[in-house]
Formats: sequence, C-alpha cells, structure tokens
Amino acid sequence: MNIETVKTTETATENTVRISGSEAIIKCLIAEGVETLYGYPGGAIMPVYDELYKYRDQIHHVLTRHEQGAAHAAQGYARISGKVGVAMATSGPGATNLITGIADAQIDSTPLVCVTGQVASHLLGSDAFQETDIVGISTPVTKWNVQITKAADIPEVMAKAFYIAKSGRPGPVLVDITKDAQFEEFDFSYKKCTSVRSYKASCVPSSVSIQKAADLINSAKKPMIVWGQGVILGKAEAELKAVIEKAGIPSAWTILGASAIPTEHPLNIGMVGMHGNYAPNMLTNECDVLIAIGMRFDDRVTGSLSTYAKQAKVIHFEIDPAEIDKNVKTDVAVLGDSKLSLAGLLPLLNETTHATWHQKFKDLYAIEFEKIIKDDLHPTKEGLTMGEVINQINLQTNGDAAIVSDVGQHQMIACRYAKFNKSKSNITSGGLGTMGFALPAAIGAKMAAPDRDVVAIIGDGGFQMNIQELGTIFQQKVPVKIVVLNNEFLGMVRQWQQLFFDKRYASTEMTNPNFVAIAKGYYIDAKKVTKREELADAVAEMMACEGAYFLEVCVEKEDNVFPMIPTGASVSEIRLS
Amino acid sequence: MEDTINTYTISIYTENNIGLLNRISAIFQRRHINVESLNTSISEIEGVSRFTIVVNLTEERMKKIIGQIEKQVEVIKAYYHTDEETIYQESCMFKLRSDLLFEEREIQNIIKESNARIVTVNKEFFVLEKSGKRNEIEQLYREFSAYGIMQFVRSGRIAVTKQEMKISQMLVAFN
Repeated sequence: MNIETVKTTETATENTVRISGSEAIIKCLIAEGVETLYGYPGGAIMPVYDELYKYRDQIHHVLTRHEQGAAHAAQGYARISGKVGVAMATSGPGATNLITGIADAQIDSTPLVCVTGQVASHLLGSDAFQETDIVGISTPVTKWNVQITKAADIPEVMAKAFYIAKSGRPGPVLVDITKDAQFEEFDFSYKKCTSVRSYKASCVPSSVSIQKAADLINSAKKPMIVWGQGVILGKAEAELKAVIEKAGIPSAWTILGASAIPTEHPLNIGMVGMHGNYAPNMLTNECDVLIAIGMRFDDRVTGSLSTYAKQAKVIHFEIDPAEIDKNVKTDVAVLGDSKLSLAGLLPLLNETTHATWHQKFKDLYAIEFEKIIKDDLHPTKEGLTMGEVINQINLQTNGDAAIVSDVGQHQMIACRYAKFNKSKSNITSGGLGTMGFALPAAIGAKMAAPDRDVVAIIGDGGFQMNIQELGTIFQQKVPVKIVVLNNEFLGMVRQWQQLFFDKRYASTEMTNPNFVAIAKGYYIDAKKVTKREELADAVAEMMACEGAYFLEVCVEKEDNVFPMIPTGASVSEIRLS
Repeated sequence: MEDTINTYTISIYTENNIGLLNRISAIFQRRHINVESLNTSISEIEGVSRFTIVVNLTEERMKKIIGQIEKQVEVIKAYYHTDEETIYQESCMFKLRSDLLFEEREIQNIIKESNARIVTVNKEFFVLEKSGKRNEIEQLYREFSAYGIMQFVRSGRIAVTKQEMKISQMLVAFN
C-alpha cells in the first residue's frame, strides 16, 4: 500500500504527457519558476543537457568553468533573490566538485536544489566509470538528499526538493538521478509540494512566548538586539525596523544579517563578532536583555560562551528548534517565522528611547572611530588601506550596490565598512568561510538582479581559488565589478601568524601573477591601482563601465583587521590593537 | 546535576528511507558520541519505521541531539527516555557444544534458571536464545564461558515506553 507522505497542490500544472525522465526534470524546473541554472555537463547527465538544449528558450543554463563555481553562482543567485538556486553536474567528480558549495549553503541556510547525474542503476555499486556515492557524501551537508532510479519518481521528488529547500530554515537539497531514469519514458504530470508529513517547516509563534518576550523587553533598561540572516530569509526587515524604532533598542547584526536594516539607521549599532564593532561586542556583556533574532550564536559571534552575556536575560526568536539552547541558554524562546513573530511582538511593546543606554554605544563608537575607523577609512600613511577602497565604493554607489565578498581580511573590512541601503546586499560566505566564493557568487547575484550594481570584493588568495570563472563572466557577458584587494599575502592567516605565531609566516606570502593581464586575457576591462590619487577615478571608471570590470588595488601588505576578539576570549575582551 | 551521564533510550519514528540510517548515525559520529546499541524495525504504524538507540549522555547533550535528529526531514518524531521510563529487552544467542548438554549437569540448571530457550539441537551443537536485561545476558555469558562458547551474538536494545508517544495523533493531524 502506498502511504501518502507528501501533500501536493490539487491541480496539476498540465495534463499527463509521455516524456523521458530528463525532459521531466526540465519541466519540473520550469514549473518551479527556474529561469537560470548553473552547471557543467558530463556523461551521466547528458540526456538532461540534451533537453536543456531543446528548452533553451525557456530556461537559461550557464556553463561555469568548474562545478564549484556552479554551486556558488547558484548560491549568489539565491541569496540576492530569495529564490531557490539551481546547480547541475554530472556524476563522480562533477558531483563531488559541488560539495563545497553545498556545505556552504547548508551552514548559511541558502536554498539550493542540486541535480546530479548518476551512472545507470544496474551499475550502482560496481565502481563504474565516474560513479561516486554522492548521496552518501552529501548527506551531512544537505538538508535533504535522494537518489532517483525510476523516471516515474521524478515529479514528486523534484517538487519535494524545491519545497524542502525553500521552506522553514532553507538549505541545500541534492537529487541524484541515474542515467537510465533520465532515458526512461513515463506519463508525466506535475504538482507542487505543499507539505511533507515528517517535516515541519515552521510553526506558528506562540502568543504566550511572544507576550513573555514583550514583557521582558518592556521591563528592560538596557536592551540590545542582535539580528541575523533569519530576518532576511523571513522577509521581516520592515517588522524588525518597526520593532527597533518603537522600543528604541540599539541593534547589531551578524555578518549574514547585514543589510536587513540600512547601515545609516540611527539604531543600527554595527556588527557583532570577532571583527565586529567595539560597542556592540563590549555591551553584549552589559545589556540586561539580549534579543537574538534569526541568528544562531556562532562561535565567531559569541567568543567564549562561558563569559557571553551572562548578566542578560536572553530572548531567542528562531525558526529552527534545534538552535534553541544549542549554544546560549535562553530565558524566552519564540519559535517560528521571524516575520510572524516580530509582527506579533510589535503591538505589545512600549514606546521608549533608551537614550542614556544608546549613548553608551555612541561613546564606544567614538573610541573605535578614533583608534581604528579613522585610519582605516581616511589613512594618512602612504599605503592604501582596504577600508578606503570600500569607502570609495560606498561614496560612488551611494550604498546601493550589492557587495559580494570572499573570505579573509577584505571580507571583514567589507562587512565592517560597506554601506547598505537595501536588504540582501551583503553576500558572503559566513559559516563555512569558503575562499573562492565571491567570484562565482557575484555571477549568480548579478544575473538574478541585473538592475543592481554587484561589486565583488576579493583577496588575492581567494581570487585565485575560482579565477577560472572569469571565463563564465566573459562568455555570459555578466557585468559584475570585480575588485581584488591585493596585499600579496593570505592576509588573515598572516595576521594570526603575526599575533599568535610569532610572525612565522608559513606559506602565506603570495607571488602573484599579472592579474590585469589575466582579466584582459578574458577580454574584461581591467586596471591596477597602486596610489591613493588613482583610486577614486578608477572606481568611477569601473562603476561607469557597461560591462564587467576588473580592478586590482594594491594595498598595504601587512595591515591588520581590528577590533579583534582573540579565539577563546570574551566579547568584552575585544582588542583595539 | 547537569553533568550526570545517564543511559538514554532514544525512540525515533521515521519514514522508511534508505539514506536515513546514514543521516542518524552521522549525528552521533560528528559529535564523538558512542552508540551503545542501535535497532531498526517497523513500528505500530503502517509505513513508519522505528529506531531504538541507546547512548550514555548528559541530559543537556541528549536534548540537543534530539533536536538534531528531529531536524532531519524524514524523522517524524524523536523521544528520549531513561531506563525507568521504559520496558526494555535485549536478545542474545549462544551456540554451544551438544556434548555439554548431556555431560554437564550444571548446564541444564543454568538453562532452566535463566529462562533461556533452546532453539535447536543437533549432534554437534545446540543454540540457546535468551531475552532479558543486559545484566541477565552478561550473567549467562559468564556462566557459559567456563564451558566454552562456540558463538555468541547479542541484539541491540528494544524498548517500549510506559507513557504514550503520540505519533498516531501527529500523523492523523497531517491527513
């Protein structure tokens, strides 16, 4: 007996037609509203590519230069649009090359559907050519994964894949399809999935918990909000802003939460965490009520847990029940979608300003400005700083650009100083810290949001991890702006070596190629800047350029990113130098 | 008492899915948690599988693990219980030389007192099956060891809870 475990929409999107499994895959993608996908063909996925060719006027496949690039491009696409990103690869190495992107999407809750080809089902387990157990390999880094060996299973599995990827706390789903299932013909019809019986995407926030949260917030003298990506994923930016403004609560963000509230908002007090701002880190250990919204108390945010906000009552608004009390014990947990929770909270809050408390943040900001920010953004020394490059981009884009950063010093500087007016503008690899993320992610971001300026900020190390995607940018004519901040070092590792390993710079110095020549080799307009007086004009030229543009800025080789919370230290032990 | 390590029996109701065992075991492996025993079977509900896993953990840790298990898409519900909250059994089999059965009178007494069941007897060997608590099985093992055990195998724990687990209601709610 076939037991119903999945619910679908009542009406089929079309009548039953007899088609192949591979055509069915394309029809499923189209039915789910996929317009663009990223991938790389190969033996075990060729039937699907054959159908992609036939449907090329309905769905745009972007050939990346490496499957990792496809996965990150799909992530960039998803992060800026809120839609599900789709990546496709063949079996074996094609599939394994997706893994880094999938792991990145898992830890950063990015909705992805990855479709991989697999050897024919009679060859499974025989060590066939390009056979790999991708379902086994991807299990720990996917929200859900499955192998299809019969064409008839394709519609239901694909519908379930999209539903799971985007609902609740989003994440990556991998669907592995054997080659014989791609060839097999069956009677196709498609119904979107609306629920899965073993899976609860989200729950309705309890009004009792919301009331408790409101009571705590209303009684607080020194409340502080730390919001994360849950606000962006839940499309709760307006609700958060209303809550912050009504209750007058100084509010900080995690890296993935950046841009949900404009940078210039008076109650936006900056970034928490290892290289976050001085005030929110220091005052985490002084607030009386800490309100965490859609964030997961990552170790880079909390520093030492045993000294993290011990004086505070903690309220945690969160969609994923497994995050409650995982790292930080909460006094009130509000489970559910951030939009619903915050909308429920708003009318229960008292209107306050907390002016004296807010002033403390301003005072500490003044110290940070004097000791760090001033010299980062307006340096008087000869060498260029990463901060002044970001500042120049801010000035020339008015904070309207989406910033896609890679991983390392430049990432911390970009997140600290980039000005954001719009949500979904900070696209970076947060949880996994994947070098090589930014270049392909910027491709996906620009293609999903062609009307926005997309500026990739990348280090000289990370740039060379997926440098081949310049080929994709060239072939697809993706007008992304690529800024490489070149300090000829793996800068963040070098900084740690300087601070914690007695300056033994083991394998962190980079002898770099002529990046401009490489970019020009891909017919991308390119320029290199070594002096401060050239910077503004170069950024202007880049932003004015119709097509893609590559700008290399040679920055001070041994600058460090401060403030910094050393590993294992408390947030209030944050160092300014 | 947060640091006290207890024995917990985890009961997981799941969809019947090939990859799920891998997902569940990865949760323990990643956190260096030793699984004392693991059993999978059908459950009282048609089409729903049941995992029974025994671990030694602090309750705080146990709660977090349950959260991670329930997060898996194909897990319907997971529970953890102490020994006092469950009725539990393990099962084991001994393969012993047949001559012992006739030559060693003590063996017959052991079998009788332990409530072990003779599954089969032939000229060379006989097979005993015993279900019970771990210590009963271990006691039997010690007693037979003196005579030489040809083969021994023990199953994972299976357990039912004293309190109701409301899976059926949850599934009705879906339909």
